[in-house]
Amino acid sequence: MALKPISPTDEFIKGLWRDNPVFIQMLGLCPALAVSNTAINALAMGAATTFVLLMAGLSVSLLRNFIPREARIVSYICIIATFVTCVDYAIMAISIELHRALGAFIALIVVNCLILGRSEAFASKHNPGRALLDALGMGVGFTGALFFIGAMREVLGSGTLFGLGLFPDGFQTWTVMVLPSGGFFAMAIWLLVVNWIRQREADAEKQAESRAGEAAS
Amino acid sequence: MNAPDPLQQKKTSAWEMYRSIVGIGAFCALLIVSVYQGTAARIADNKARFLNNAIAGVLPAVRSTVEVSLDANGALVAAAEPANLPAFLGYGEDGELVGAVITAQAMGYADNVTVLYSYSFDLKAIVGFMVLETKETPGLGDKVETEPHFLANFEALDARLNEDGTALANAIVTVKQGEKTEPWQVDGITGATITSEAIGVILNQGSGYWLPALERDAREFQPPQSSEE
Repeated sequence: MALKPISPTDEFIKGLWRDNPVFIQMLGLCPALAVSNTAINALAMGAATTFVLLMAGLSVSLLRNFIPREARIVSYICIIATFVTCVDYAIMAISIELHRALGAFIALIVVNCLILGRSEAFASKHNPGRALLDALGMGVGFTGALFFIGAMREVLGSGTLFGLGLFPDGFQTWTVMVLPSGGFFAMAIWLLVVNWIRQREADAEKQAESRAGEAAS
Repeated sequence: MNAPDPLQQKKTSAWEMYRSIVGIGAFCALLIVSVYQGTAARIADNKARFLNNAIAGVLPAVRSTVEVSLDANGALVAAAEPANLPAFLGYGEDGELVGAVITAQAMGYADNVTVLYSYSFDLKAIVGFMVLETKETPGLGDKVETEPHFLANFEALDARLNEDGTALANAIVTVKQGEKTEPWQVDGITGATITSEAIGVILNQGSGYWLPALERDAREFQPPQSSEE
């Protein structure tokens, strides 16, 4: 049986929810946990990662017939490291303050397994258009996941969102949420929510199928 | 019987390997150098602006600065090139010496903490303070940047020299929160003990290194002829 071809829209959308890199594929968790102590840091890291995903996906796809199988990992890492270095310079050129906030984690985008994973699993096997759509979907999905984790940690850990106070003076912040362990707590809570929603969807789908089966019989 | 392994069927030649790896390496090198060249001026501007803003933050009266360094004899001289941990003489609107700004660094809890602080020649005290670089724990160690009672230490932290002018009269030290009794003590932060103690160490070391030369030689310097702005 031939597989149903995936539409370009699906190629993009799959990264947002069905194959979300953080909540479903569990890829790139190091920056997802480490830099998500505020919403703005999460968004900045997400944007930087999305750019590298896009450029690495495009380059790997364009060069897929040029790179021998035996040399693919070293080639992909070289390409990814190059774009990460460019992003590092670009962020310094945009804002030193932002660069200070993201610290060492910009350089660590090189070893984000999400980027190498998408280069190897997808971009190296598809044309540049599809590779870009996949990278964009994964990047937006990654950024969204980081934002949800970062927003939860900032609101509970600092009582602010994007630096703006949300609570009256008496609010006792949960300092643990902005510490590294808070990243795991926030991640666990979001995984519970995401899996609960997916379970509900799966149950509803099963019920619809069984109803359709009963109606047919 | 001896069916060939599918993975061994198509062998990549050495030329193909060289071509791809060297080609990608050359492309990457070209891209990195191009982006570096394209952003270098902007990054230098941003760093200079950040440092100028930081200097203005710790010494609001300053209008121009001269970077200084110490020569082999410990005498204050104009810096030949920017240092990693620079010190500046700050001049006011009319070219008068309004203070010195010093950067200093020591190990905190997670990594080195770099601070910028200002010294008043009139008050013989540290009168401004800002953390330039830190990787301390968010919510704990980074309180040294935000905690009001801690920052209040640097409204006039005593840093006078001994009678010979060769060292601090009293070592700057961090004490436990609420136990400050002397003007040269830094009132620490409960929950950020190591980082707040590191700040005391940084100020003590930085002041011990710079202040004898600054007090002895700073007034011999002339302010820059034109404003940096």
